[in-house]
Amino acid sequence: MTADRPILLLAGAAFAALVLLVAALGVGAAVGETAIPLDIVAKTLANRLWQAGYALEPIDEGIIWNYRLSRAIVAACCGSALALSGVILQSLLRNALADPYILGISAGASTGAVSIAILGFGAGLLTLPIGAFIGALIAFGFVSALAVRAGRGTGAIILAGVAGSQLFNALTSFIVTKAANAEQARAIMFWLLGNLSGVRWPDVGLAVPVALFGLLVCLWHARALDAFTFGTESAASLGIPVRRVYVVLIAVSAVMTASMVSMVGSIGFVGLVIPHVARMLVGVRHGLLLPASALIGAIFMIAADVLSRIIIPGQVLPIGVITALFGAPAFALILSQRRSAL
Amino acid sequence: MTLSAKGLCWSVGGTTILSDVSLDVHPGEFLGIIGPNGSGKTSLMALMAGIRRPQAGAVTLDGKPLSAHGRQAIARRIAFVEQQAETTERITARQAVELGRTPHLGALTPWSRADDAIVDRALEEVDMAHFSRRLWHTLSGGERQRLHIARALAQQAPILLLDEPTNHLDIGHQISLLQLVREQDLTVVAALHDLNHAAMFCDRIAVMQGGRIVALGTPAKVLEPQRLADVFGVTVDVERDSAGGCFIRYRRPEPRPAKLKLVAEA
Repeated sequence: MTADRPILLLAGAAFAALVLLVAALGVGAAVGETAIPLDIVAKTLANRLWQAGYALEPIDEGIIWNYRLSRAIVAACCGSALALSGVILQSLLRNALADPYILGISAGASTGAVSIAILGFGAGLLTLPIGAFIGALIAFGFVSALAVRAGRGTGAIILAGVAGSQLFNALTSFIVTKAANAEQARAIMFWLLGNLSGVRWPDVGLAVPVALFGLLVCLWHARALDAFTFGTESAASLGIPVRRVYVVLIAVSAVMTASMVSMVGSIGFVGLVIPHVARMLVGVRHGLLLPASALIGAIFMIAADVLSRIIIPGQVLPIGVITALFGAPAFALILSQRRSAL
Repeated sequence: MTLSAKGLCWSVGGTTILSDVSLDVHPGEFLGIIGPNGSGKTSLMALMAGIRRPQAGAVTLDGKPLSAHGRQAIARRIAFVEQQAETTERITARQAVELGRTPHLGALTPWSRADDAIVDRALEEVDMAHFSRRLWHTLSGGERQRLHIARALAQQAPILLLDEPTNHLDIGHQISLLQLVREQDLTVVAALHDLNHAAMFCDRIAVMQGGRIVALGTPAKVLEPQRLADVFGVTVDVERDSAGGCFIRYRRPEPRPAKLKLVAEA
C-alpha cells in the first residue's frame, strides 16, 4: 500500500472495471444460439432505457431484453457473490480450500430451497431465498460444529465440509425422490446443477441488490479481513472485534450464497478458484482483492453461461458443469501447491 | 497509563493454569516475567493483552476493566506480540508491518504518508528495511520475529506485551532487540526465557511457578540462587557488579546417580 497512489489511478481502475463488466454483459447478450450483432444489443438497450425508437426486429429485441440481458446480469451477480463468499471464507477460516460449495453451504441452501418448493414448509410465508438462507445457516452450523470437534485444522474443516455437503445433498435427493412428481424432479435436478435458463427480470431485482450489498459489507471489513492474516488472536490484538466480524461476514456470505442458489442452483468452484486468480493478479490485500474477485467472478460467470449455451448446438448445459470443468483442475492445482499448508 | 491484573484465574479443560495472579505494571518500566515451561507466562500475557477473558479477577487499564474498553481502544494502547504467529498468505515483510496500523484506521480512513513513515521507521528499528519487499514465507524464523516486533512498534501503543520475543533469534539479534525495546519510551512486559537477559534489561522481574507469581522485584533481589534452584531446578552462581547488575552462571549438574547408569547399560 502506498499513500501517494493517485486518486486518479484508482478512479481509472474503477472505470476500467466498469467498462469491462459492461462489455462482458454486452457480449453475454449478443452471443447465443442466434448471434445478434453488438450494435443491435446497444440499440435495444437504447430503446428500452431511453425510448430511442430504433427500428429493430421484435424477435431480436425480445431475445436480448427478455432473456439474455437479465440472464447475463444475474450471472454476473452470481459470480461476484460466490467469489466474495469464497474470499471471506478463505480469509476468516485461513483455509485456501474454503468456499461455499466445498463447505456444504450451497448444499444446505439447496435443501432449504427444495424443502420450501416441494414440501411447502412455511405454508407460503417463506420464499425460496429465505428457505435457502435458513438451509445455508443450518449447514454452516453443522459443518463448523463438526470441524471444531475434529480439531479445527485445515484438513478438519474440509472434511467436515465434505460430510456436510454429502448429508445435505442426500437430504435434497431424498426430498425430491419422495415428494416430487416426475416433471418436478427433472426440473429440480437440472436446477441443482446450476442453471440460468429460468432467469427473468424479477430475479435481477434480487440478485443486484444482494451482490452490491455483499460487496459493500465486504469492503467495509477489508482492513479487518487483512488483520486475520496471522490468525484470530493476532486480529484481536490489532483491535478487531473478532466475534462480531465473524458473525457479520459469515451471515453475509450465507445471504449471498443462499440468494444465488435459490435463483440458479448450486454452482461449484467459482467461490474457490476466483479468489486465487484474483490474488495472483492483485495480491492479498482485501481492499483490492475483494473488488477484483467480484469483477473476475462476474466476468467468468457470464463467460461460463455463454459457453453453456453454445458448446452443444441446440442444447443448454447446466452452468455448474462448465464451472466444474474449469474449477476441478484448478482445485487440483491449488491442492498440490498448498500441500505444505495442509 | 497503568495496566494491572488483580486476582486472575484461568483454567482450560479442568486444568488450572493461573490461580489468583495479581500484578501492577508501573508506567515506563520494563517488567520481565520468568518461569519454567507451563508456569502460566503465555496465559498471563494473553489475559493482560485482553485476548482472553479471565474466569475470575480482572485486568484493568487506567482503573477500568479491559472488558469495558472497546477492542480498538485497547489495541491503541496495548500492542501484543504472540509466540509464533504464522501465515500461508503471500504477503510481503512490509505488508506484515503495515497491519500494525490497523487500530488507527477506520473502514474509510485512507492510508496516509504518516502511516508510511511510521512503517518505514519500524522496519528500520528492527533492521529489516532492506527486506521490506521479501515474501513472508522466504524469511527465516528470526526475521519473521523481528517483523512481528516491528508490527507492534508500528501500532504505537504505549504498552508493549511480548511473549518470548527472542525465540528463534541469534544472540546478536536477541540482545539488540531487547535493547531496542528498552530504548523505546514504552512500558514493556516481556515473558523471557534467558535469565541473564532478564537481569540485564528488566527493571523488575516477576517469577512464575505453577500458575502463581512467587517473587516480584528488582533483578538483584529476585535472582537468588536458592529461588532459582526451587523454581527451575538448576544450580547457579549469581555474580553482582558494583553497578547493581547481576549475572547468572549455571553450574554443570552433578553426575546422575549410579543406579540409573546401570539400568542404561543393562
